Amino acid sequence: MGKMPHWADIVLIPLISLLLAAVLSSLVILAIGENPIAAFKLMVDGALMRSAGWGYTLYYATNFMFTGLAVAVAFHARMFNIGGEGQAMLGGLGVAFACLYIPWPHWSIAILGASTAAALFGAFWALIPAYLQAKRGSHIVITTIMFNFIAAALLNYFLVNVLRPPRSMDPATAKFPEPTHLPSFQDMFSTAENPLFRGAPANVTFFIAVAACFLVWFLIWRTKLGYEIRAFGFSESGAKYAGISPVRITVIAMLISGALAGLMSVNTTMGESERLVLNSTEGAGFIGIAVALMGRSHPFGVFLAAILFGFLYQGGAELALWTDIPRELIVVIQALVILFTGALDNMVRMPLEKLFLALRKGDA
Amino acid sequence: MTLMQKFLGAAAGIALSAGAVMAEPALIFDLGGKFDKSFNEAAFNGAQRWAEETGGKFLEIELQSEAQREQALRRFAEAGANPVITTGFAFATPVETVAPDYPDTKFVNIDGWMPEVPGNVQLIGFQEHQGSYLVGMMAAMASKTGTVGFIGGMDIPLIRHFGCGYAQGAKAVNPDIKIVANMTGTTPAAWNDPVKGSELTKAQISQGADVVYAAAGGTGVGVLQTAADENILSIGVDSNQNHLHPGKVLTSMLKRVDVAVYNSMKAGDAMETGGFTILGLAEEGVGVAYDDNNAPLVSDDMRAAVAAAREQIISGDLEVVAYYANDSCPAHDF
Repeated sequence: MGKMPHWADIVLIPLISLLLAAVLSSLVILAIGENPIAAFKLMVDGALMRSAGWGYTLYYATNFMFTGLAVAVAFHARMFNIGGEGQAMLGGLGVAFACLYIPWPHWSIAILGASTAAALFGAFWALIPAYLQAKRGSHIVITTIMFNFIAAALLNYFLVNVLRPPRSMDPATAKFPEPTHLPSFQDMFSTAENPLFRGAPANVTFFIAVAACFLVWFLIWRTKLGYEIRAFGFSESGAKYAGISPVRITVIAMLISGALAGLMSVNTTMGESERLVLNSTEGAGFIGIAVALMGRSHPFGVFLAAILFGFLYQGGAELALWTDIPRELIVVIQALVILFTGALDNMVRMPLEKLFLALRKGDA
Repeated sequence: MTLMQKFLGAAAGIALSAGAVMAEPALIFDLGGKFDKSFNEAAFNGAQRWAEETGGKFLEIELQSEAQREQALRRFAEAGANPVITTGFAFATPVETVAPDYPDTKFVNIDGWMPEVPGNVQLIGFQEHQGSYLVGMMAAMASKTGTVGFIGGMDIPLIRHFGCGYAQGAKAVNPDIKIVANMTGTTPAAWNDPVKGSELTKAQISQGADVVYAAAGGTGVGVLQTAADENILSIGVDSNQNHLHPGKVLTSMLKRVDVAVYNSMKAGDAMETGGFTILGLAEEGVGVAYDDNNAPLVSDDMRAAVAAAREQIISGDLEVVAYYANDSCPAHDF
């Protein structure tokens, strides 16, 4: 605390980390005989210079915002929720049930119903590990990651044996009925003479994600519950002394976390594929951890980090489409960003703190 | 083609919208990845063969995420690629959605199923249960313990379909045979988990299995390895895998994805679309692999029995029940 100015903490450190990751990625790309500048240009052109590119970037970012917020809320209560993946899978199941079995008249009502179902299913999946942590002391990291596998098996069972339309080979539900289709950015912003976001999957759920960022900020910093969550996170014994029930906070924080992770599937399932596929979460639950780390568990930081990761995903897709850079290397580039911004945070932070301390001494 | 040329070409293609500017075919691999030694690799080999024979080029992409399915289809179609070939049943719905937007582009999907096939889409399917039936017969004839194993990749209907044909073939030879069947997992990771494949093989050996059939993509590499190490027989899938452990792999159930891709690329824009192509034993779309590597393992009886059954299946005298017919298997409960 107070070792360096706030702006350095939230702007300078991520920026330097990103730069380091970019340099290392360039070396990797050079090593396989491709041109890193052309590759970077391709990523930027493909992800940010076309409206359809933005459509994809924001679509991925929507996923990462939800899962990033989920991890961030749990972090504030000093819990590590690695179960975002499983909670999102269950959320997807909730969305599928809501969309397939309830005849919604209009998407605006359907999205409310489906979001509620997604949040409830996700929260339910977080409730059991939360209870085990609070009452039995079973470590939440272990239980949530185990629940990911249970969720995968459960989802597989439902898709293969219950929800799959007859004759179809794909373990996926039928298409959701027409009234539940969410308006995409293309529907919302395109005009006849100016087509925008053509074919891109970004949809109205993005605005829910942005609203969720704001609500989480409000919850954590402006409500009594948020204060309790943070107090519990700083010091469990201190919180207890102040009359905050550890069981209650553990369970509530995990419920909120699970609900946020579950909401992610509204975007992928209802917004993009308009049916539930087996692989609808595709690792966003884990990326959420990196997003929360990079965003310093602050909703605004999560928002920015989510967009960065959205850019990496969409830019990576462009690389895969038009260059010979193999898919594994694109994962390497994404991993380097995670490594530098998340895991190796102190590598940048410590020298920088020293530098600022030295500068301040110089002033004094 | 250099990176820049490719990029400019792509940009030009987009600018000219969906015209057949450069009628390069495109091949989109499913999430399993290009080099799975099995399904996707067979598709790649077919494309490679086409490229070598014609000197042509093809665009390709290995997907990383679900949302990229539609994206890759659209971007390739917009860049003028024709035909756009997709591997894997998971592409059926995206192709169905995208195809009507690009009427001048032809799309191919291997393994998929659609209720109504758009006019510019061709679906290619294989009668995997027929080929699996034949290798099931061989397994039962080669087994000394009266127990044969089946190791599937991900637990989805397609893989049960393989296992069901296998079980029927084994039971046709020996009605009392015991069939041990395991699936590697319930997530896409099950397609590429050779370690788990190896463990499952050991578990099946301890239950008495002495022939194991792997229908598990990259996981099968571990199955075949362990079977060879433990001195039992294994059966490969999709590509001819006999050469991986000569003298230890009884045979491979061939699924000629390479031929399907090669033929589609060769036909190019002239390809017939709007329906299903079903490749079974009669079309040599599926079959049993015989080569020098497994010659000592295959007895004359086996050859004769397989040949007879093959004839019967082609003529329709023998019907192998497809798992899809009523989502259940008469010979084994999965």
